[in-house]
Amino acid sequence: MPQPIRPAVEAAGLTKAYGGTKVLDGVGLSVPPGTVYALLGPNGAGKTTTVRILATLLRADAGTASVAGFDVVAERSQVRRAISLTGQYAALDEQQTGAENLRMVARLTGLSRPAAARRAAELLERFGLAGDAADRRVGTYSGGMRRRLDLAAGLVGDPSVIFLDEPTTGLDPRSRQAVWDEVRSLADAGVTVFLTTQYLEEADRLADRIALLDGGRLVAEGTAAELKQQVSAERLDLTLVSPEAYEKAAHALDHLAVRRDPGTRTLGVTTDGRAAHIRDLLDAIDPDRTQIERFAVHSATLDDVFLKVTRDG
Amino acid sequence: MADALTHSATMVGRSVRLSSRNPDAVITALALPVLLMLVFVYLFGGAIDTGGGYGRYVDYVAPGVLVLCAGFGAGTTAMSVADDMKGAVIDRFRSLDVGGTAVLAGHVAASVARNLAATVLVFGVAFAIGFRPDAGVGGWLASAGILLAVITAISWVAAAVGLLANSPEAAGGFTFFLAFLPYPSSAFVPVDSMPGWLHGFAEHQPLTPVIESLRGLLLGESVGSSPWEALAWCAALTAASVAAAAALFRRRMT
Repeated sequence: MPQPIRPAVEAAGLTKAYGGTKVLDGVGLSVPPGTVYALLGPNGAGKTTTVRILATLLRADAGTASVAGFDVVAERSQVRRAISLTGQYAALDEQQTGAENLRMVARLTGLSRPAAARRAAELLERFGLAGDAADRRVGTYSGGMRRRLDLAAGLVGDPSVIFLDEPTTGLDPRSRQAVWDEVRSLADAGVTVFLTTQYLEEADRLADRIALLDGGRLVAEGTAAELKQQVSAERLDLTLVSPEAYEKAAHALDHLAVRRDPGTRTLGVTTDGRAAHIRDLLDAIDPDRTQIERFAVHSATLDDVFLKVTRDG
Repeated sequence: MADALTHSATMVGRSVRLSSRNPDAVITALALPVLLMLVFVYLFGGAIDTGGGYGRYVDYVAPGVLVLCAGFGAGTTAMSVADDMKGAVIDRFRSLDVGGTAVLAGHVAASVARNLAATVLVFGVAFAIGFRPDAGVGGWLASAGILLAVITAISWVAAAVGLLANSPEAAGGFTFFLAFLPYPSSAFVPVDSMPGWLHGFAEHQPLTPVIESLRGLLLGESVGSSPWEALAWCAALTAASVAAAAALFRRRMT
């Protein structure tokens, strides 16, 4: 019988409260080694708290977790040697140069001075920060450069599990693409990547499995394809001709309306995006073809997904 | 253990580098002590009678100014620790399993380096305005040892204060008591000239033996047991602050 593969990250019943507020309420998950796992959720869902518990920086009130086969509380040092964490804010010294930051991190992972210098040079090259940039203070870097250097700093110790907390929040599209490429090449090299994001597209593009976190609970979990079956990927926005027409349509649609905006007299309805389906929807809502002024089809946003998932749950 | 040493050495390198690139810290560390020296000697000195033994006020006050500077330098140290604690970089250190003591040792080393530079500068200025110590090699070495001990102790106290404070601003504020501690001592005026209720404190507070022994050693007078008292105070303060800092670091990080 084949041995079951031990998950790279495993958690059960993680609970955390600050004051009286529950931030995590029984989160359990399992990530096979060498895969990319995305924890998707809005601000305040508990993504960062989850990552900090898994990365040993925070202790859960209840529940257990293991990373790379080690318990995050009892075997904290072993976990720390196996992982790296790149947070939302660049964990770097602004007054040191890029090269100095990486050499420092390399020394802290236990490399000798010459080995640290070699490792730093190698990573600067790989992340496109060699040459002039390497010897400039991080304070002068652009947002994208900082994030790349931060990512590089996380890779100094050759971790087998990498945690990325909102790795692309606030980045321009080109820098975002660079981070995505790097995540993919890490996964290809067999590294387990655990990332959090508020962007559906990012989870969709990068992750083998996605977990939806909302209000401290996992509300859905699966591959991107599995999740998309649960939620319509498109939304039809209808703008009604008058407030009266808006009220009437809103009443008729009732809970089918996933978006309501009386100010612009707009109602959103989920659709699969097929022309036939949209035509049917328009005919059903406005058989006389006088009440709907305009329509637009949008790709579903994370909000839509959540509305759908939390409504069904 | 080897890890802890490499970690501490790396953190020392980091803090010294960061400190040398922070113009505020450099100016505070170097310019302020010189200004204080000049203020005491030229503005207050003329009105202060230290009674007999000391020909010139500069001879009396130089050790006090040196200790006062260490107190002012503590503000920078406490602020830089507090600043570190709220930044994301501390998470990186923790996820690399770097202990709190190593991180703080870096700050303390930078603080000691800043203060030693200031001490040398203050000595230079003091000489320029007439300070004429009368110590032999032994006296100089003993003075240097006591200065190093008091600077180290104050730096560790400042590091612990930096961890206790919730913001760099608060940390800077908390260290004011360190900057004022030399005043109720024999640093600037003889204790006899103070009101009676203050004598008890002024004669027995930790900085009094430090200042008395520095003054005595530098001017080549007998110092009795005060150097040992000074070193005992410094050792006790350092040990207590290291322990408090380690506990505070753990508390902050859970």
